[in-house]
Amino acid sequence: MSDVTAGAMRPRQSPLHKVHADLGATFTDFAGWDMPVRYTSDLEEHHAVRRSAGLFDLSHMGEIRVTGPDAERYLDHALAGKLSGLTRGRAKYTLLLTPEGTVLDDLILYRLAASAEGDDRDEFLVVANASNVDADWDALSRRAEGFDVELTNESEQTALVAVQGPRSAEIITRALLASTGEARANGFAVQDISDLKYYRCLAGTFDDAPLLLARTGYTGEDGFELYVPIEKAQALWDLLVEAGGDELRPCGLACRDTLRLEAGMPLYGHELSTQTLPAQAGLGRVVALTAKEEFIGREGIENADMTGRRVLVGLAAEGRRAGRAGYPVVTASGETVGEITSGTLSPTLGHPIAMAFVDPQYADEGTELALDVRGKQVPATVVPLPFYRRA
Amino acid sequence: MTTLPENLSYTEEHEWVKVDEASNTALVGVTAFATKQLGDIVLVDLPEVGDTITAGEPMGEIESTKSVSELYAPVTGEVVEVNQTVIDTPETLNEDAYEAGWLLKVAVTELPDSLMSAEKYGELIGE
Repeated sequence: MSDVTAGAMRPRQSPLHKVHADLGATFTDFAGWDMPVRYTSDLEEHHAVRRSAGLFDLSHMGEIRVTGPDAERYLDHALAGKLSGLTRGRAKYTLLLTPEGTVLDDLILYRLAASAEGDDRDEFLVVANASNVDADWDALSRRAEGFDVELTNESEQTALVAVQGPRSAEIITRALLASTGEARANGFAVQDISDLKYYRCLAGTFDDAPLLLARTGYTGEDGFELYVPIEKAQALWDLLVEAGGDELRPCGLACRDTLRLEAGMPLYGHELSTQTLPAQAGLGRVVALTAKEEFIGREGIENADMTGRRVLVGLAAEGRRAGRAGYPVVTASGETVGEITSGTLSPTLGHPIAMAFVDPQYADEGTELALDVRGKQVPATVVPLPFYRRA
Repeated sequence: MTTLPENLSYTEEHEWVKVDEASNTALVGVTAFATKQLGDIVLVDLPEVGDTITAGEPMGEIESTKSVSELYAPVTGEVVEVNQTVIDTPETLNEDAYEAGWLLKVAVTELPDSLMSAEKYGELIGE
């Protein structure tokens, strides 16, 4: 089979690499990192997240800290969202745009919560895609000129572990309680974990190191992301595994991709690129054209001609034959009107799903199209995103 | 990972061949190394009984949640039997690549010289 390779490469390794190897993970190169693609079965790992909980190592992601008196004004200038005035302890999905208004990266921005331990600095944390950390760092550094801010690229020193799935709040509560035996010793009360709302975060400590605990994720389920210094990664992983027992399953990047696709979430390099305007990908709402004044990308977006530009849609098909990234989307008469950006046989729904950019006149819900799957036409219907929404 | 069965021959494209010299037929399949790399197999597309396959040419597809791969014929001959089990339950390939997960039975007209021993294939995949 042509795309199975046994070649050797020298990508970067997560601080949890040995843990994964000991678990028998299959590794894949992802954005220059050697990351677990699956441990045993990507389908079983996918279902574990939907039904119970999954544990992910996402230490390849990038983290850039922003501090200083001008931090809010700077972020409003450098990024697409209205970030000044963001309440402490909250997170926001935002975009880093090119001057032309296309997408350089999609990001989560946290405004860190005040810590109960007395460390009360007002700080922002930008979380970036691994493939874009260097480009993001360059752009964010250049955009800082003239602002009294300090940027720190903490990607190399930061480990990120995610617990995703309906059981995640209980598991994390058990784990952090077990880590100290005291209800407040992590810098927050354990009941704060289950009370934490979606897209909020807590600042605490783990094993005498800073812990950022956020109720965020990329799976379409309830879930948490935990940021700690790399030297604490294994202790945190082991603690979560211990507390999770049979309810928590280590999960690789293969199921992360099928989970986010079912949840209709874009993946940079597939649905987003420097060729994509946010509105094409359904992300117009993320760009604060009315809520703030100047920012990089505004001019590009305001001057862009949207006429005839392809837009992102969801496509659902029957059977088991999935369309894949790069496959054409065609009409019944065989005319190419779009291209798939991500596609799979949905493990949860049992039928093929895909996201695709199509000509705008074919983007209406219910439009009948077809996926050109290696020369065979598979009928598909435009459906609203997400494909899957948790109960 | 399980050791490679010694009684099979292998191709660079990660297929295996089990020749029965008495009947001049061969069972063909894909290796456990390949199915592990591909992940959960969700679809297998095979030629039909009576079709002729040619060594080194594409003969079908194997699809996992992550990717699609072409299957290359490891031998030349006519398909005399197709394993309906792997079509109905493709995950059989992940569970048992060398026994229950066979794909085709072929009336062999030509065995290519490039088929490898278990030892040689093992070196190729680094095991």
